[in-house]
Amino acid sequence: MDVSLVQVRNVSRGFGGQLALDDISFTVARGEILGVIGRSGAGKSSLLRCLGALDRPDTGHIVIEGHDLTTLPQSRLVGLRRRIGFVFQHFNLLGSRTVAGNISLPLEIAGMPRAQRRERIAELLSLVGLSDHGHKWPAQLSGGQKQRVGIARALANAPALLLCDEATSALDPETTTSILDLLARINRELGLTIIMITHEMDVIRRIATHLVILDHGRMIENGRTLDILGADTHSPVTQALLSETQPRLPPAIRAKLVETPVPGAHAVIRLRMGGMAADQPVLSTLGRRFGVDAIMLAGGTSEIAGQPFADMIVCLSDYSAEIQDFLHGLAPSLKVLGYVPADL
Amino acid sequence: MSRLIFDLILRATWETAQMVLASGLVAVIGGLPLALVVVATRRDGLLPCPPVARLLGLVIDMLRAIPFIILLVILIPVTRMIVGTSLGTTAAIVPLSLAAIPYFARIAEVSLREVDPALVDAVRTMGGTRWMIVRHVLIPEALPGLVAGLTVTLITLTGASAMAGAVGAGGLGDVAIRYGYQRFNTEIMTLVVLVLIVFVALIQSIGNAISHHLRHT
Repeated sequence: MDVSLVQVRNVSRGFGGQLALDDISFTVARGEILGVIGRSGAGKSSLLRCLGALDRPDTGHIVIEGHDLTTLPQSRLVGLRRRIGFVFQHFNLLGSRTVAGNISLPLEIAGMPRAQRRERIAELLSLVGLSDHGHKWPAQLSGGQKQRVGIARALANAPALLLCDEATSALDPETTTSILDLLARINRELGLTIIMITHEMDVIRRIATHLVILDHGRMIENGRTLDILGADTHSPVTQALLSETQPRLPPAIRAKLVETPVPGAHAVIRLRMGGMAADQPVLSTLGRRFGVDAIMLAGGTSEIAGQPFADMIVCLSDYSAEIQDFLHGLAPSLKVLGYVPADL
Repeated sequence: MSRLIFDLILRATWETAQMVLASGLVAVIGGLPLALVVVATRRDGLLPCPPVARLLGLVIDMLRAIPFIILLVILIPVTRMIVGTSLGTTAAIVPLSLAAIPYFARIAEVSLREVDPALVDAVRTMGGTRWMIVRHVLIPEALPGLVAGLTVTLITLTGASAMAGAVGAGGLGDVAIRYGYQRFNTEIMTLVVLVLIVFVALIQSIGNAISHHLRHT
C-alpha cells in the first residue's frame, strides 16, 4: 500500500508570463513535517495555493488521500478542502467572532450540530492551551495567542493535512519557539502530516523532518532535512539559505587565515556530525587521546527535527594523519578552512 | 411656549422620525443587497462579472445625480400607485427611500470592499460556499462600517425630509419653512432648529455607540 499522503507530480503553473512553478514533483508520507523553503518569488505561495486547492496548476497532478485535486470537479473540491487545515502568517481570524466563534466556523461549515460543536471547541482550546480564552475577542489576544487560535481552527475538522503559510514569520523569537513546539507536539500526538512554507532556515532546522528547496519555480533539493543539511556540497542557492544558520568564523580570525600550513600553525576545521557522533565529546577526546589543544571558534550542537546535529568550527594545535583519520571516522564531511598562526 | 406650538413641534418631530426611520429601513433592505451584488460582480469579487458591476454602478450614480426636490416631483405617479396618495408623511417615504437606496448602497460598498480578502480566502480554505462567505465574513466583518454608514444616511435623510414638505409631508423642516421662514416667526424657527440639532446629535451618538460596540476592540 502507498503510504504517501500527498503526491505532487510534474506540477507547473505560469504567472504573468513566467513559470511560478516549473515541473515540481515530490511526495509527502503520513506523519512527516515537510518544510518548503525558498526566497521570496521562489514559488512557495503558488505551491501552497495549489496544495490547498485554491488554485489549479496548469499541468501536472496533485493527489491528496487518493483524490486528484487537478481533475476533481469544483463541487467536490469544497469537500476536499475540509480535509486540509490552513494556518496563515497573519492569522486571518474574524474580528466579528470570539475565539470560540472563530474555531466554531469550520465546524458550522461542515454542518456539525451545536452541542457537538461546543464539545469540540473545548477540546481544541485545551489542545492549544487557551482553555480560558474562548469568550475573548481576537483583538484582545497577543500574536502568539492569535496563532494558537488559528491552529485550533485549522485542526477543527480533524484534517489529514495541515498547511502552514509562514506561520511564525509575524511572531517574535520566543513566541515562534512556542508555536513550533505546539506544531511538533500536534504532529507527534495526532500523527498529523504538516507542510510548512517558510523563508526561515531556523524554522526548518527545528521541526522539518523533510525538506524541499525552491528557487525561481524549480525544486533544487528534496529529501530528509538531516541528509540535506549534512551533505558535503550544496548548490549555491542551498548554501546561501543554509549560511544564515551556519557557524561563521569571527572576522579577526578569518583575516589571519592562510591556505597552506606553515610550521607550527594551527589548523581551522569545520566539522559537521549528525546522529550518534553529534553527542560525543570530540574536543576533549582529541585532547586526551592525542594531546591536541582544541578550541571551539564557532558553532555547536543543536537539533535538526529532533535529532542531534553538530556543526562547528574548531582550531587544532596539531593536524596529523592520525587525527585526520579519527575525525573522518566521526564526520565524513570535514573541511579544512585554513591555518592560523599559533600565537592567535 | 404655548401649548399650541409645543403640540405642533411634537407632531412634526414624530413625522420626521417616521420618514427618516422608514426610509432608512428601506435603504438598508434595498441598498445592502445592491452593494453586495456590486462587490461580488467586480473583477476580484466572489462571482466576477464586471459588466453587471458597471451597469449597477451607473444606475446608482444616475439616481444620486437627480436633485431630491426633482425626484420628489417625478415620482408622484409612482407614489400614488404604491401608497394610494401622493400627499402626506407616508407618501414622502417613497421618494426618500428611492434617494436613500443608492446613497446607502455606495457607502455599504466601500465598507464591504474594505473587508480583508485574506479572510475570504480563509473561509474558502475551510470549504465555505459563496453564501457562507457573505453571511459569515463580508456582512459581520463590515458591520461596524455599515452601521456608521447608516448613521450618515439617516442624517442626510433628516435634511432631505425638510424638502418633503413640498408634498405636504409635514415634519420639522416643513414647520421651519412655513411658520418660521414664511411668517417670520423667529421663536418657532429657533425651536425647530434646536430640536433638529438634538435629533441629529442623537442619531449620531447612537450610531457611534453601536458601531464602536461592534468593533470588539
